[in-house]
Amino acid sequence: MRIDYDTKIIEMKNITKKFGDFVANDNIDLTVHKGEIHALLGENGAGKTTLMNILYGLYEPTSGEIYLNGKKTNITNPSVAIRNGIGMVHQHFMLVETFTVVENIILGMETTQRMGVLDINRATKEVEELSKKYGLHVDPNAKIHDITVGMQQRVEILKALYRGADILILDEPTAVLTPQEIDELMEIMRSLASQGKTIIIITHKLKEIKQVADYCTVIRRGKKVDTVKVADVTEEDLASMMVGRQVSFKVDKKEANVGDVVLKVDNLVVKDNRKLNAVKGLSLELHRGEILGIAGVDGNGQSEFIEGITGLRPIESGRVILNGKDITNLSPKEIIENGMNTIPEDRQKRGLILDFTVAENMILENYHKEPFSTKGRLNHKAISDFSKELIEKFDIRPRDHMHIAGELSGGNQQKVILAREISNDPDVLIAAQPTRGLDVGAIEYVHKYLVEQRDHGKAVLLISFELDEIMNVSDRIAVIFNGKIVDVMDAKEADERTLGYLMAGGGTIDEAK
Amino acid sequence: MKQNRFIMIVISILFGLITGAIVLLVAGFNPLEAYGVMVKGVFGSPKYISWTIIRSTPLILTGISVAFAFRTGLFNIGAEGQFIIGSLVATLVGYFVKLPPIIHPIVALLAGALAGALWAGFAGLLKSKFGINEVITTIMLNWIALYFSNFMVFTKAFKRPNKDASHRILESASINVLGKWKTSEAGKAFLAEHKFWKEFLNPPVNYGFIIAILAAILIWYILKHTTLGYQLRAVGFNKDAAEYGGIDVKKNIVVSMMIAGALSGLAGATQVLGVSKETAILAIMEGYGFDGIAVSLIAGNNPLGCIPAALLFGGLKYGGSKLQPTIGAPFEVINIIIGIIIFFIAMPKLVEIITSYKGKKEGGKVESTK
Repeated sequence: MRIDYDTKIIEMKNITKKFGDFVANDNIDLTVHKGEIHALLGENGAGKTTLMNILYGLYEPTSGEIYLNGKKTNITNPSVAIRNGIGMVHQHFMLVETFTVVENIILGMETTQRMGVLDINRATKEVEELSKKYGLHVDPNAKIHDITVGMQQRVEILKALYRGADILILDEPTAVLTPQEIDELMEIMRSLASQGKTIIIITHKLKEIKQVADYCTVIRRGKKVDTVKVADVTEEDLASMMVGRQVSFKVDKKEANVGDVVLKVDNLVVKDNRKLNAVKGLSLELHRGEILGIAGVDGNGQSEFIEGITGLRPIESGRVILNGKDITNLSPKEIIENGMNTIPEDRQKRGLILDFTVAENMILENYHKEPFSTKGRLNHKAISDFSKELIEKFDIRPRDHMHIAGELSGGNQQKVILAREISNDPDVLIAAQPTRGLDVGAIEYVHKYLVEQRDHGKAVLLISFELDEIMNVSDRIAVIFNGKIVDVMDAKEADERTLGYLMAGGGTIDEAK
Repeated sequence: MKQNRFIMIVISILFGLITGAIVLLVAGFNPLEAYGVMVKGVFGSPKYISWTIIRSTPLILTGISVAFAFRTGLFNIGAEGQFIIGSLVATLVGYFVKLPPIIHPIVALLAGALAGALWAGFAGLLKSKFGINEVITTIMLNWIALYFSNFMVFTKAFKRPNKDASHRILESASINVLGKWKTSEAGKAFLAEHKFWKEFLNPPVNYGFIIAILAAILIWYILKHTTLGYQLRAVGFNKDAAEYGGIDVKKNIVVSMMIAGALSGLAGATQVLGVSKETAILAIMEGYGFDGIAVSLIAGNNPLGCIPAALLFGGLKYGGSKLQPTIGAPFEVINIIIGIIIFFIAMPKLVEIITSYKGKKEGGKVESTK
């Protein structure tokens, strides 16, 4: 057995961390043995990352003690953590884009020849050895901005190993990865653990925990719920421990009551940033009262398609008809006025103004209308009343409309966007990756609202890279490949195999069968 | 948070003064004596107070100009050029256009503001149409403004014979407080009896200060309470999200630059109509616009904060100018103090560490008793 139960490599006792009045960690205990893969599970904002930031010395706990290998240690800053063999890979990578892989790995502890000349050859060799030993494949001489996100993550892991880490903390490592890259990462984690490394993985994805972790500690609202042996529990058990209630994975929905066509896209062509055609003659029809899912692998023109029909990117040719009106190349404002709203793909870039308060974000599309403003004057009272109502209705936490949006957790940020777009009651709601990075509780919530919108006779266009989501939520599924819709089918008739075949460019549905 | 920011600024000012004292000490002057001279130089007589206010007035306006642009995501280094153009146009209107009093200065002020707006709006247009960085264009426009102003002053109709300056503006365009009355018989008689007012009104006290305060309130109101301000701030914080929300980003860049330019142009106009009464031929820029950047930084880009920040700045500069004649200490020490103040304001983390040191210690005590 690779887990050494005699060595408690990490013991965190009664850890409490307060930020002002807010208790992020409330008396949490955590024990990790050597060689273990330990998952920290919790909703967004539950306090997982805070706990790990304490272990890594980024925060000082308000009270509580940390023992490493049985020895009480005061981890006052990350250098202390690194000296004690703790390495952390953050959700957002800390890499110098214009440096090579090796340069990034050795940053801060460069191997030098005499007179301080950098010995890049020796460093390269060391990095190659490390990467071979743990199966972390990287090209040592590639520049960071040229390599994939998955490889960047491997660089981060190597960076930690290069600094002599025995304990690796991975913060939401799969949030940015493609399914294949996730599989590779799982493999790497197993390989590291089998060679005696201890891994703590922060996540809210249950599937991954089942796949790779030995133990799982569940945290809810800053408090530890339990530590369980992963083999003894089901995904459903973990989910209800995390959320504190029963969670259904199935989307509960009635039969669709499909009406007439509300959005018609005809032979659309849109260019990407490199001025190449990304959308190449895409056509589709969306009806009232249905959710049309667009399945496809990332990079097949989805982003350009959304930006094209919402007025953020010029349409080269083709037409977009909304409610019988030609909205091709109208401004974003005009398109919104015509009854089409979007939950954008990137909530922090497009969806929110992070420095604004929640209330200010709530009126982003309607600030110029009554009752939020009269003759160019903002009506702060109407804005707060409206925001308070939405915060209540959509269960946005904290219940404070003057909170800065950037300080909300990801799930709550998404709820702000959802609340804003749905309160516009649009004829067409485009939901681009609406659940990316959200935990099960929040996902359930978003899906519920999409279905509700459709039951009100509105149309929803759902774009997602998660096949499960597309299959669960949609009434019809269109598959996008290489800038075109290759086929459309009823969701009830769709199966994973056929969809996968179409998404990979395998032709039409008849050929698939 | 707001309170922290205020404390931080006060601490930065203290650091600036302490550093200035050390520099004076090293240079062989008694810092207490030097600061005494400065305080007396500002508050010692009603006349000095007037001068401090007069010196601060253009800085309030250029400060708001820079602060406003900052708040909307733009860096207006061009306040200087906009100031020059505002002065020039105000002088032209003040000299060539014949209008009755009260109306004349209003027209001249508006003309100066409009000129500054167009000057800055051009940089905004270049940014929104072609994506040219406003930092570069506004710096270049500063030089163009300087030499264009000199060129205009050299024209025959405008230049005053035997002087390196333009003709003086007409008396009707002046914005001085009680300008005419001061030289009238009744005025002279009154002032002879009231020493304080005589002293106070001796310098060219003008309505510019009131205009500047009104402008600060107006800009604060626009940013906080209008849809225009909402749009501008949205574009400033995140133009991708603003665009997605249906806000015309390109238009807002131009509007923002024009408002910033109008404020700097207005600063130039008040200076001409209230103090200098003419446009001089300049070998170098006077620095009102650049000082506006410093004022805006000290004020934390808050338009209302620009009023005390500019008064501090103006006070330091005016009080500091007394150092050389009285105790022979170099005036440059003032620039060091101002530099240090901005240096610390730009390093909020350091001040935070220093101020939180006490709190942290107390926190430790609580733990040890547990």
